[in-house]
Formats: sequence, structure tokens, C-alpha cells
Amino acid sequence: MPKSPHPRATVAASLSLVFLTGGCAYLEGGGSQSADPDSPECEAFSQWQGNEGTVSVYASIRDEEAERMERSWQQFADCTGIDIQYEGSGEFEAQVQVKVDGGNAPDIALFPQPGLLARFIDAGDAVPAPDSVRTLAEEGWSEDWLNYATVDGELYGTPLGANFKSFVWYSPTYFSENGHEVPQTWDEMIALSDAIAADGVKPWCAGIESGDATGWPATDWIENVILREQGPDVYDQWVGHEIPFNDPQITEAFDRADEILRNEDYVNGGHGNVQTIGTTSFQDAGMPILDDECGMYLMGSFYAAQWPEGTTVGEDGDVFAFNLPPVDPEEGTPVMGGGEFVGAFADRPEVVAVREYLATAEYANSRAAEGAWFSAHQGLDLDGLEAPTDRLGAEILRDPETVFRFDGSDLMPAAVGAGTFWRGMTNWINGEETDVTLDYIEDSWPS
Amino acid sequence: MGFSILDELPKLVWLLIGVAAFLAAIGCLLFFVDRGPRTKYEWWQASLFLAPALILLLLGLVYPAVRTTFLSFSDSRGENWVGLQNYTWMFTQPLILTVLRNTLLWVVFAPALATATGLMYAILVDRRRFESLAKSLIFMPMAISFVGASIIWKFVYAYSPAGDDQIGVLNQVVVWFGGEPQLWLLNPPLNTLLLIVVLIWVQAGFAMVVLSASIKAIPDEIIEAARIDGTNAWQQFRHITLPSVWPTLTVVLITISVQTLKVFDIVRTMTGGQYETSVIANEMYAQAFRYGELGQGSALAVFLFVLVIPLVIVQMRTNRRQREQR
Repeated sequence: MPKSPHPRATVAASLSLVFLTGGCAYLEGGGSQSADPDSPECEAFSQWQGNEGTVSVYASIRDEEAERMERSWQQFADCTGIDIQYEGSGEFEAQVQVKVDGGNAPDIALFPQPGLLARFIDAGDAVPAPDSVRTLAEEGWSEDWLNYATVDGELYGTPLGANFKSFVWYSPTYFSENGHEVPQTWDEMIALSDAIAADGVKPWCAGIESGDATGWPATDWIENVILREQGPDVYDQWVGHEIPFNDPQITEAFDRADEILRNEDYVNGGHGNVQTIGTTSFQDAGMPILDDECGMYLMGSFYAAQWPEGTTVGEDGDVFAFNLPPVDPEEGTPVMGGGEFVGAFADRPEVVAVREYLATAEYANSRAAEGAWFSAHQGLDLDGLEAPTDRLGAEILRDPETVFRFDGSDLMPAAVGAGTFWRGMTNWINGEETDVTLDYIEDSWPS
Repeated sequence: MGFSILDELPKLVWLLIGVAAFLAAIGCLLFFVDRGPRTKYEWWQASLFLAPALILLLLGLVYPAVRTTFLSFSDSRGENWVGLQNYTWMFTQPLILTVLRNTLLWVVFAPALATATGLMYAILVDRRRFESLAKSLIFMPMAISFVGASIIWKFVYAYSPAGDDQIGVLNQVVVWFGGEPQLWLLNPPLNTLLLIVVLIWVQAGFAMVVLSASIKAIPDEIIEAARIDGTNAWQQFRHITLPSVWPTLTVVLITISVQTLKVFDIVRTMTGGQYETSVIANEMYAQAFRYGELGQGSALAVFLFVLVIPLVIVQMRTNRRQREQR
């Protein structure tokens, strides 16, 4: 029984259409400047003014660290009228791919793994750095660093924060009370371990539990050992898969790490036997140092933020760190570290402005002033760094003599570097034969 | 930072837009249904009302299924055709073979044990005092998400070195009996079985409630007749209860089997797929999204899909048979 159009349906349809357009119009607005662009505080940002807009930034940085980061660019945002929408996700590595594939790419993403950025460069999604950004980057960072974000001579990302992954944390008080000294060579370190063990204390602690990423702290161990024992050249060949993962030279490095990590006399201070390394979170692993239950703990500079409140970090304090000593002192001490790279998926002027700003020494200092952060930027003011370990790390990174290598697992294909390498190390800690682990990782390398 | 209604305003506006868009869509639909042709009006009405569901089904189910199947024959970026390579990879890599073995362990043990536990409990508490209290106790874990349940059970299995205070119940029990505390989640294949316990803990309540309702539906006359015939408890269970609840039992078994096949949260929360505990759903996510191996991830997804199909068919058959019986 067809009828003429129902009046109520028409009303409902048109009323909701009004809501729809009204609501959309409301959301279109917004994005306002909250500081006077002509004020003296804003003078430093004058070159970026006139590019109002919204820039979305996506990264894995969350919580406290993210708040510090957002504060560090607040003034830039206020003075330029560029609204920086930051989103941090614990699932960054997986979700950034989904976002880009879904046509919902962030304007800027901060990549902790150059390998991941490279995936987007190969796919043609990442936008190369414009000349202005490139110039700033070349002023700020050594070639070593920029190379990690360069493909075919084109720079795609600028480094942001840095961390130092060759630190061995220890308690200076415990060392001086027992007459121990910071070792200068690998052999001295083993002798020291034996001395601590003779006192009835486990000389090392370790923990590789990290949720989804369980196993990564053990990869840092291996990478540090390869770099010291086999040298940077072999390290590069290994990372680039020019030599197989189960090469005899790599086996040798595993055996050296084995002497510490799977030695019941040495580990796992304050936690139990060797197997507990697998179930102890890397955050908890170093804590027994404070109770003199563990002598040394290899962990990145970012561990400084983990110590409970009231712990003094410093050469004469409760905890401090030294650079993992070389195997052969004549070869020098290479260091390993990591950091984020600023990659972009859009080239709107406001996005370029943010990229430029993040590449400046001003930004580096502004972020350092918020604490618990440093970078390899040449213009970074070392006196502005709060933690002595950050200062030590930044100093070593900036030294032109330093041979720096990026964390290898972040450069390998993700299937290995964020997959089988982590898993393999976890199984290795759990008692698997070294050969079996190495063959397993080698077999998984994508062809 | 406190909660400010003004800050949340954009979200509320989005909500309003969503509701308005829904109303607008319904309004438009009604409008067009009204305007339909005078001939074949019913056909017109039916097709218009079915259209939204059909479109959503095509977009949300058929299209992804077809695309995933195509991707499973392509390389890691989903660009080049590689034939059956991803499937040979799946059945030759020792890592993936372990994953398949674990999935098999899950499918064999989890549904059967969860259903058996539920059935046993339902029979034991049937028509007893405090029946509803006893039933709510076992039903309660149903309200907890898999992730929540996994975190709880992580504490149950927690380990502290011998001599220290044990915070894990299981290790405390072991210590009371004079044993050494164990790292339960580290030793395959025992750890997979310990993860299965979590699923049973959550799902047994579901099985119990459904089966209990079915047991109560058994006509009293049959039970009485059996009693008069002098059956013992086992005979009554074997010849009366079990055949009566059999259709319900299959439905419960299949529902839990499907749940088991797609289990992801428990493995991810408790071990992250480490120590040889990974299952297909977990590995699929890792391959496709974390490692960027789209082809291999899709192949795993297709395989999972193929495994679920027979279960769905059995389910549909049972449903149809039940309907015919009525």
C-alpha cells in the first residue's frame, strides 16, 4: 500500500542532516594561537610563523617521557600557531604500517628503528627531507648518524633523541667499600667478576622480559660483544647479512657472552638462576645493585630514569655507569647506541616547519631542559643535562674519535631484528645450544 | 590534568554526528521505501531493508576474506605473485611447525576439558542446596576478559628464587610439599598446557550454565522411569543425561573450539608467544604487522579460516536439525 512520503521521516532525515553539517562545521574550526606572535619570547620562532595548521606526530613514546616531549615543543607551537597533535602508542611498530596502508598516515612519525623507516622509504611512502631540513641536519649530526636515514644519497629523516647502549651500571659505593675498580679491559672485567663472586655476591644481573619485545636486552649484549671482539667491520657485515648470522666469528662472540650470561656463578644477582633472566623485566633487573646483591648490569643510558626516587646517580653516588670495556684496548672502544629518527609522510609547509624545528640545537636544548634525555646533536649544551650518565653518554657520542654503531637489531629486517633474533635470544637464555639458536635465526632471514 | 567537559567537547560532537548520521541514513531509507513503485512493492521493500546489512557484509567480511586470500599468494608487501611459497614456508619452518603443534594442543585439550569440567560441575550441583551460589562462583570468571584472566594467572605461576617468599600460589604449594619452585611458563610443552588452563577457567562457566539449563530441561518422567528401573548414577548419566544434552554439548564444544582456534590474548599476555607457546592467531599478527611479512601473515590467516570452516558447517547442521525436530 504505497503512500505519499511520510512527513515524519522527512523531518527526521532533514533534522539529522542539519546536525551533521553543524557538527562538522564546528570541528573544522579551532587551532588558535595562544601566545602573542610578536612578543620577545616568540622572536626565536619568527621564521616559522605564518604556517598555521595542524601537524600529527605519532611515536612509541608514552607517559612521562611523552609529557616532557610535548612540553619541549609547546612554546614553538604557541608562537607559530602550529598545533602539534601528539599520539604515543605501545604498538607503534605494528600500527604505523596499518595507518599508512589505511591512508591515515601521521604527518610525522618518530622511528626508533631506521630499518622500519627504510621500509617506508622503499615503499615510496616517506617524504624526503627538504633542503632546509637537510642543511640543519648536516650542521647538527655526524655523517655516521645521518647515514642511517639516507637512501641513495637522499636524506629522509633527522635524528632526534639518542641513547647509549654500552653502559654497565654499578654501585660506586659497593665498589669502593670492597676495593673494586672500574675495569679497563674485558679480562679485567672477568677478573673483577670472579672477585665479586668470591665474596659470595653474584657479579651480574640481567633481565630480558619486555612484553611483546622480550629478548631485546640480550641482543644488546651480543651486539656489544661482536663490536668489541670482532670490530665494526664485521659488525656491519653481520648487520647487513653479508656474512651469515651463524658465521664462526659470531659464534665466537656468543661464546664470550655465554661466559657471563649463562654462567651460574655470575648470574642472576638478586633474582635466582640463569633461567630467571627470561622472566625478569629489564626494568627490575638492575635493582639488586642498590642492595649489593648484584655487581654489574649492562643496560642503556635510559635506565637512569628507572632508579627509585632518592637514588643519587653519579661517580660517587649510589649508582653510576661505565662503558663496557674493550676486548683488545689497542683497537679502541667502539660504542653502540640507538635513537629516534623523524620521518615524514606529508610535505605541507607546517609539517616542514616542525621538521626544521626538531632538527635545530634550540629544540635539542629545550628538550634536554625537561630532563632525562640527550642527543648526538653537536649544538647540544652538555651543561644543561641533568643526569651525569646522560652527560657521559652525550660526551662519548659527540667525540669525533668515537666509533659509533647503531643497535644492529634495529637495522635488520623486522622479521629478524624484532622477531627471531629476540626469540632466539630468549630460547638461548633458556638453555638452547648456541649452534641451534644461530641456525634458527639464519634460516629466518627473509630472502 | 583533571577532566574538563570543554576539552571533551569535540568527542561529544563526534558522537552526536555519529548518531545524527545513523538517523539520517535510516530516515533516507524510510523515505525511499515510501517512494517505492506501486508494483512489486514488497520486493522493493525487502531489498531496500536488506541492502545496508548486505553492503556491510560485503565490505567487512567478503572483501577482506578475498583480499587476504590474494595476499597469501603474494610477497611481503603484497605486490608480487609468489605462488605457493608462503604455504611451503608455513609447513617447513620449524618455528611455524611448533605454532601449528601448539594450536593442535589447544584444540584437542581446551574445548574438551572446558566442556567436561562444565558438565561435571553442572551435574554435581544440580538440585543441591546453594546451587545458585555454587554456579555463580564458577560463572564469575566469564565476566573477566582474557587479558585480565591472563594477568591473574601470571601471578598464580609467578616465580621467586628458592628461599624467598613465593608470591605464586602454584610455587607456594610446590614448596609446601618440599619441592623446588619452578619457572612454569618456560618449559615447553608444559607451558602451553598451563595456558590452556586459563581458557578452561574462563570458559568452564559458560559450558556449565548452558549445560545446566539443558539438564534441567530433561523431563522428570524419563528420570523417574529410569529410577524405577533401578539405574545407578552412572547408568543414569550414561543413558539418560548424556543423550539428552548431546545437541547442547555439541554446540558448547564447537563454540569453545572456535574460541580456542582464535586464541590470541592469553598467549600474548602471558608469554608473548615466547618459549614455544605461540599459536596461529598470535603468529599471524606478528608476521603481518610487526615483521611486515604481509604474505606470510595472510597465509596463516587463510589457514586459520580453513580450520574454522568445518566447525561452522557442523554448527549450522546441528542448528538446522534442531529446528526440523521442533
